[in-house]
Amino acid sequence: MSLSNDQVGHIARLARIALSAAELEATRAKLDGIFDLIEQMQAVDTTGVEPMSHPQEFAARLRADVVTETDRREAFQRVAPQTEAGLYLVPKVIE
Amino acid sequence: MINASLPALRHALDARQISSVELATLFLDRIDALNPELNAFITVDREGALAAARAADKRIAAGTATTLTGIPLAQKDVFCTEGVLTTCGSKMLANFVSPYDAHVVSLLKAAGAVSLGKANMDEFAMGSSNESSHYGAVRNPWNLERIPGGSSGGSAAAVAARLAPIATGTDTGGSVRQPASYCGITGIKPTYGLVSRYGMIAYASSLDQGGAFGASAEDCALLLSAMTGFDERDSTSLERPTEDYAAALAAPASAKPLEGLRIGLPREFFAEGMADDVRATIEAAIAQYRALGATTVEVSLPNAKLAIPAYYVIAPAECSSNLSRFDGVRFGHRAASYGDLADMYAKSRAEGFGAEVKRRILVGTYVLSHGYYDAYYLQAQRLRRMIAQDFQGALQHCDVIAGPTTPTTAWALGQMADDPVQMYLSDIYTIAVNLAGLPGLSHPAGFGADGLPVGLQLIGDYFAEARLLNAAHRFQQATDWHARRPVCAA
Repeated sequence: MSLSNDQVGHIARLARIALSAAELEATRAKLDGIFDLIEQMQAVDTTGVEPMSHPQEFAARLRADVVTETDRREAFQRVAPQTEAGLYLVPKVIE
Repeated sequence: MINASLPALRHALDARQISSVELATLFLDRIDALNPELNAFITVDREGALAAARAADKRIAAGTATTLTGIPLAQKDVFCTEGVLTTCGSKMLANFVSPYDAHVVSLLKAAGAVSLGKANMDEFAMGSSNESSHYGAVRNPWNLERIPGGSSGGSAAAVAARLAPIATGTDTGGSVRQPASYCGITGIKPTYGLVSRYGMIAYASSLDQGGAFGASAEDCALLLSAMTGFDERDSTSLERPTEDYAAALAAPASAKPLEGLRIGLPREFFAEGMADDVRATIEAAIAQYRALGATTVEVSLPNAKLAIPAYYVIAPAECSSNLSRFDGVRFGHRAASYGDLADMYAKSRAEGFGAEVKRRILVGTYVLSHGYYDAYYLQAQRLRRMIAQDFQGALQHCDVIAGPTTPTTAWALGQMADDPVQMYLSDIYTIAVNLAGLPGLSHPAGFGADGLPVGLQLIGDYFAEARLLNAAHRFQQATDWHARRPVCAA
């Protein structure tokens, strides 16, 4: 399989990872190798096989609708890159 | 004392032959002396360890000690530890001092175990050589020019070099068993769902499972018993009573202690691809199992070779979703300069993640994207079921499955660093076990041509941990491969 630079650029945009032109080319070559490995799957007839998403097939547990967490905002925000007045700061989203 | 088993350490602590503080100091001093060379730890927590050891000594004095009270251990740096740097081997979390404890960390703290620090690992547990760590490669204690395996390479190297008697790990595609094999120690990955994933930084959630490292199956049994148990904070944690795996090892002495055990040997594992020295070592170990009373039968895992391509769709798909949380907003690395919000995300992630993590995120993003989902993701999940069914078929004819843990012994540092596909192929014998969610164990079986350890893998049915540990323990009672040490721990 051979991905184009445009395809790799598109995936990188979807994944929110900045890639320089040089990185894009190097990444493309490595991804081609990985997809050649993955393509071996396509030779197998899996008609009628139910996809297995998880080793344990059980329904999600339910719990009582009560508050169990305590307020730990201060502790959690200590590891944030930028906060102010208890809020996370990011570049302006809405003009 | 550095080579003592956990039962021997327990006895020494309880008999006041050594205090927990003295024991912790012994291992901390070994870390100071040997870690600059081995790089098995990212963070050494001397102060925290000594505080925990003092508390353990009080418990011992009060007569309230349990199996792990006062026992030093290494925690893989994937487990969030409150107040301690938790990097997951990544630059992304270079300044992340966790505000909470993983469930495994809480359990081991409550048991009175003494964490010496956080063990090095492949970045976000993605790798088979420990070379993808932002904090540098770990060296194999048996040969400093070789890799220790990965992703739990620091944990395995720490136990092999006796920088800690036991260590925690995680295993998504072989990350406990493979480094255990390369470092000449015992490691077990239990059935998916036995060890809570709460606070265990996620890579591929349907495959990730915590596990235990020790010098022997007995030490692993003691650690694993303390790590398992239902946790409502992990939606995949299994609601079943905890087992005492160590108690299950006790059995009357007998010349044929494994009488009645049927060992399945998968034809596909013994076909081409295994190095000659590994083959000879594994065959000799299997002969030893027969001498202990076990019988062997050939079984088949016809889809085994498809495990790697299926895994490299499923794991990256789950990783691309899990690692979307690292966006430079609530925790982790944020780029120093950026334009708008999208630019901040893209630059923070470009700077914070290493090459292998980026590759897996990109592969996962692609296979989940519109138009490719059925051909890749669903096809991989169908193969996953076929692989899981193969194991159930094989286990109709045997009690456990045995084979090599890895096709070769540990390779040279740098040898595959630029060839991800070649490295992926080294996990051929371990990955299928994670896809099925079964328990697997690796124990030392001997040495290869280059004097490096060879591991034998035992695979069991769901919840067969006690059976795997028991078989390995009987093997270890009759052999001394597990007691061999590299020069630095001799």
